[in-house]
Order: sequence, then C-alpha cells, then structure tokens
Amino acid sequence: MGVDERALIEERIAALFAAHPPAETDERTFWGAQFDHGLAWVQFPDGFGGSGVSPRWQAVVDQRINDAGGSTRNRINNVLGIGMGAGTIMAHGTDEHRARYLRPMFTMEEIWCQLFSEPGAGSDLAALSTSAVREDDHWIVNGQKVWTTLGHLAKWGLLVTRTDPDQPKHAGLTYFIVDMEAEGVDVRPLYQITGEAEFNEVYFTDVAIPDDLRVGDVGQGWTVAMTTLMNERVAIGGNVQPRGAGAIGEAVDIWRERHGAHGDAVTRDQLLQLWTAAEAMRLTSVRAKEAATSGTPGPEGSTAKLQWAELNKRITSFSVDLLGPEGLTYPGGYSFSRPDGSADVDGAPHKRFLRARANSIEGGTSEIMKNILGERVLGLPGEPRVDKDKPWREVPRS
Amino acid sequence: MDTATSATDTPDLATAAPPEVSYVLTDEQRQLQEMVRDLFGDRATPERVREVMLGAADAAFDTILWQELADYGLLGLTIPEAHGGAGASFAELAIVLEEAGRRLAPVPLLSSIVLGTEALLGAGTETQRAAHLPGVAAGTTRLALAHLDVGGDLLVPPGVHASRTGDTWHLDGTSAYVIDGASASHLVVAARTDTGALELFLLDAATAGVSRTEVEVLDLTRPMATVELAGVEVGEEDRLSGGDAMAALHRALTAGVVALAVEQVGGIQYTLESTTAYARDRIQFGRAIGSFQAIKHRLADMLVELESARSAALHAARVLAAGERDELAIAAPLAKSYCAEVYERSAADGIQLFGGIGFTWEHDQHLYLKRAKATKLLLGDPKHHRALLAELLGL
Repeated sequence: MGVDERALIEERIAALFAAHPPAETDERTFWGAQFDHGLAWVQFPDGFGGSGVSPRWQAVVDQRINDAGGSTRNRINNVLGIGMGAGTIMAHGTDEHRARYLRPMFTMEEIWCQLFSEPGAGSDLAALSTSAVREDDHWIVNGQKVWTTLGHLAKWGLLVTRTDPDQPKHAGLTYFIVDMEAEGVDVRPLYQITGEAEFNEVYFTDVAIPDDLRVGDVGQGWTVAMTTLMNERVAIGGNVQPRGAGAIGEAVDIWRERHGAHGDAVTRDQLLQLWTAAEAMRLTSVRAKEAATSGTPGPEGSTAKLQWAELNKRITSFSVDLLGPEGLTYPGGYSFSRPDGSADVDGAPHKRFLRARANSIEGGTSEIMKNILGERVLGLPGEPRVDKDKPWREVPRS
Repeated sequence: MDTATSATDTPDLATAAPPEVSYVLTDEQRQLQEMVRDLFGDRATPERVREVMLGAADAAFDTILWQELADYGLLGLTIPEAHGGAGASFAELAIVLEEAGRRLAPVPLLSSIVLGTEALLGAGTETQRAAHLPGVAAGTTRLALAHLDVGGDLLVPPGVHASRTGDTWHLDGTSAYVIDGASASHLVVAARTDTGALELFLLDAATAGVSRTEVEVLDLTRPMATVELAGVEVGEEDRLSGGDAMAALHRALTAGVVALAVEQVGGIQYTLESTTAYARDRIQFGRAIGSFQAIKHRLADMLVELESARSAALHAARVLAAGERDELAIAAPLAKSYCAEVYERSAADGIQLFGGIGFTWEHDQHLYLKRAKATKLLLGDPKHHRALLAELLGL
C-alpha cells in the first residue's frame, strides 16, 4: 500500500502545483485548491479534503508546500478547527456538516474555537455544567466556558454541554457546533498573568442552537469530545526541534551576552544541567519519531508533554535569573492587549517566564499527565472514583 | 576566549545539527537483545550476584557467566574478526552492557572489554593486538586499566612513572581505583615519562614488583584495587607503540563513559520495573499503593527521566558505533552526566518506594543505589562532564 499511496500523493501534489504554483498563488486560493486536490487532510476520503491514505503522508505534503514557497500557516492560525475540529466532524458529523464546514475552515474564511473547559470543570472536564435543553428542533444553551483561544475571532465553536443531569457525568453530555455570532453569545477577554489576553471567557445566555448542528447522538458528547482531544494530542506531539532551539537557546544567548567566559562556575553548571536535560528530551522526540514511523512506538512517545512543560518552566525561570537586576523589569509593561496567534514564543524572557507557568496547566495539567503515564503506561491502578456511578446532579461541585 | 564574538567560521556547537543516526534496533540486534536478556536473567540472578560479591564464589567475578559470554562470542563483539572477535560495533556491545547493568552482573566487561580493549585497539601494534585480543575475546585474558594516581582525579597525570634504560622500561608508582584490578590477568598501565609524556604499557599482572590490594568498595558488585609498581621492569615490546598513547587513553575513557551511561540505563529500567511491580502489589489502607498519586507520580517522573536517559545513552552508543568523533565529544559527556543523575535519583527513590523493606540488606534495591552512586563518580562525575561540555559548546 505504501508505494501506491506515495504515488497517489505525488501525483496530486504535482497536479496542485501545476494548477496553482504555491509561491505565486494567494493563500486562500491555494488552500482551497489544496482542499479540492485532497491534500488538506490526506487521511480523509475523497471529496472531503482528503485522499484516503495514511495520515503520515500529510507531513510530506506540507513539507513540499513549504519548500515550494507556499504557506501552511492555516494549520497554526486555525489550529482548533484544522487540527481538532476537522477530525471530530469527519468522525462524528454528518455529510452535511462535512460539506458545509471543512473547506472554509481550511481556507481560514471561518475561524474555529473550542468550548470545553469551565470555571468548575478543568481537569475534571466531564463534570461540566453548561446546560442545553431541547425545545422542538433546537436547543437552548446557558452557561460559561473559559480558556477559549481565538474565541474573539471565531465564527464557529466546538461546544460540549450537559443535556441530562440525572445521568452519571460522562453519560449526560452532548456535543454541538455553535455559531459564535448568535444572539446570547458574549465573548470577553480573559487577562492572564502576562497582562495579555490570549484567551476568552464565553458566556451563553439562552443561545438557540438548531438540532442539525448537533455532532453525534444525544448523550454521546463525551465520546465526541475525546475524539477532539485525541486530535489535539496528535496536533501538539510529533514535532522535533533542532538542537539548541527554543527556551534553552534563549538561555544560551543570554548567558553568552552577559556572562560567557566571565560567568561563575555554579551558574554555568546550572546552564549545562538545563542544556543536557533539554537535549536529552530533544533526542527522545527524535527517537519517538523514528519509532513511530518504523511501527514500534514505545513509552518514549508519551512523555513529551509533561517533560517539556516542566523543563520549559525551569529554563525560562533561569533565563530571568541570568538577567540579574534587569529581571526586575517588565519590558513594554503590562499592555492588556490581545496578541495575534500564540504569545507563547513571543516577547522578552520576562514574559516567557510568566507564560511558561501555563505550560503545566493547559492541555492537561502535569498532575493529570502523571496519572495518565502511571495508569496507561505503567499499569498502576486508578484512584477510587467516588462520582463515577452517581447522577451528575448529586455530585458535589465547587 | 570570548565565545560571544569569536567563532566566525566554526559552527556554534550549541545549535549545530548533530549527524543523524538510527536508534531503532535491527532484527539481528533485537535477537541479540533477547538472547542476552535471557542469558543474564538465567545466570546473573540476585542470589548469584550476592554470592560473588560477598566472596563466596570461586573468584572475584562470576566465572560461569564470564565463560558463557565468551562462548556466545559476546566478549569479542568489538574485536576485529582477525583477532578472534566478531567485528561488530559498539551498538551491539551496548546491548550487552545494558543487560549487565540491569542485573548488576559481576563480570569485568567495563574493565576488560571496554577500557582495556579500546586502549589496546587505540595504541597497540598489530603484533600486540594479535598477542592479546584473542585471549580477551575468549575471556582468558582480562585487562584492567590503571590510569589514575592515588587521588583518583582524572585531571591529574597518572601516578606511575616510567623511565627507560636501553630497551628496558622501569615502572614505579601507585595507581588507585583500578576497576577489577585484583582479578585481571593483565594490566594496561598509563605512566608519565621523564619528559612528561604519557605512555601505555601492557603487562602481565604477575610481573615481579606488581602488588595489588583490594579496596573496600561502596559497590560490592564492581571490585577495585590499588596497584603498586615497585621496580617493575618491562620491555619496549610491552609499550603500546602502535598509536598515540594519550589519544588511545582518551578513546578508552570515552568508550568507558558511554558504557557506563548505557549500563546506568539498564539499572534505571530495572528500578522502574521493580518499584512499579511492587506499587501494584503492595496493599496499604485497603488499596494498592500505586493507586495513590503520591506514589504514582514519583513513578511517572521516573519513567520520564528513564526515557530521556535512554535517549542520551543510545545516542552516544550509536554515535560511537558510527565513528562520528566530533559528535561523540558532545554525546559522551551528555550521556554520562545526565544518566548518572537520573540513576541516582531513581535508585534512591526506589528505596523510598519500597519503604522499610527497601532499607534492608536482604532487599536488592540498595545494590542499585550503590551501583548508581559508584557509576556517577567513576570516570568523571556529572559536574566534570558538564564542564567539558561547557568548554566544547563555548558556554
């Protein structure tokens, strides 16, 4: 199959590039054509932006586009749609959903956001309380979501609601696509410790959602949401950084500029402790990638998120220490602005130090990641679950 | 040197892309791993390890396992076929070393197969190689490297002095911390000459004037000796004269450092497996203790660090096997410093996770803690290797 698939992909890339030279075509037109040639999500079926081949060919396609001077920034700038929503709609949506949403998602004509977390449901996502009550051919939604990336730019949201509070928590959930411009949707900036608002709070007050925007069956929301989160892990994992890139590269730069040959031995050793840890982690990502493509993946692929989050916090903190008294400043001040895209990698070391605190909270806290590693990789027993079989209505909540 | 402004035409090693090597085992390597795992599992049982380490066996090392390793051709993996070896690479030897580390197998692999053999390969003439390597591969010759002075500091010249009269060399002085020094059949002695140059001599351990004293060691599974040479006389033919002695010693020590890192990974793996199994079985407060997050999270941390340690060690072993000398200069100290820290942390955590039983002599975990501590300090501690890296990377 591998040879046939490669031939098919090569043929489609050639056809796409012939009709729309990547460097000379405007982004939106190109992305549309990429979708039409089945190269948006290669694993999807023909007609839905795919070619029905193994997803591993996507990396080949994207590399080729980048090499030819085209852009794949839609994958980053509309990550919640392209990286997570598309797979969910493909797996659980209707053909009408697929026909309506996938193409404008890929061309970035419509930005997507994800409405999962709530103030009362973070790590325990299944405990969420935003309600959806059925009235004829639509649902009335009330509640509050939080940590909504791109919520202020989004046309559509991926929403999980509680439709049956008398079921145990996982059983009473239903999944919808929601129009972020609908009456009763209020998107407010959520300012974080950096002074910027990358995220939003989203309030729903009697928002009506047509039943045909439901994804999956009533009560199947947890299964659908898991599909979204699995796609998130695929979207986040699997990338290999060059040696010395990222936070450790910044620490090295600061060290050389301000300390270097005159630096003290203790601080130098601390720098090297971080450099060696970062490089060992990087080599693990190289190893994981090789193992994944050769078909014998082991535990090396599951440790990246936890390790990166914890190490990134240590390194960014160390970088501010290297600044000495300048670490007392905050260049540019607390701007209370809304950065474009991810502020994760922008800005001074001071801001990165603060931003890194979220690394071990977002996308699964380090504590939850350790539970997952302990239970799924090491096979340790889970914690007793006191809320598992109780109706959600009867479970204590803060 | 001001590294911030220099380095105009040399690449910045802190960011330069390393050469690509594969980390996946070939089918042959996987078969070798299975075979070696079975062999060490059958032979290097905890009971047998203790018997040997407490001096209750017939020798200071496990002679039965050693003979089997020889019979299977595992002692000659890195020795050329012309000299009785298999002509394989360090990638294969690393598989053996990891399993040996996992079982704390008390056999002189590090001393004879890594340090001694690499020194001989590096500086021996063809005649000298032909004379000794077949015996090494057969296990009958066991080399020990005597390169330190009494203080054991890697940065201080050897404690043995060599002076020459005609074709006779006179060796005098003391070399400390010689791994497997008392049981070795031959010694590779590093000595400084009258001019301050370094020379390597390969001599029979029974040569007149050589006396060896066992050291009371922290890690009983790896004996060490103090070797004294008083009026020892050897011939010019015993001087390893086929290559630069300093370079050969460096080669041997670098291979030793990588070997230790690989061995450390075996020990960390064992510790994770044994503590995880215990956490699944041990019941307190009516639950398996592994269901408590306080325990589960420590084990998850150990898993994360193990995987990175494995990556660092595997990278170093594969780079060594591929002959990528420039990258090896980075990979070896990276692996040794990182794996050593992780091993000590894991082994010490292991004692805590086993609780009271983990503090008893009858339980095996203390053997791993002792191995971890000893291998951390052997051939340069983590700080030493990080300082080497800092200099190399221009930091």
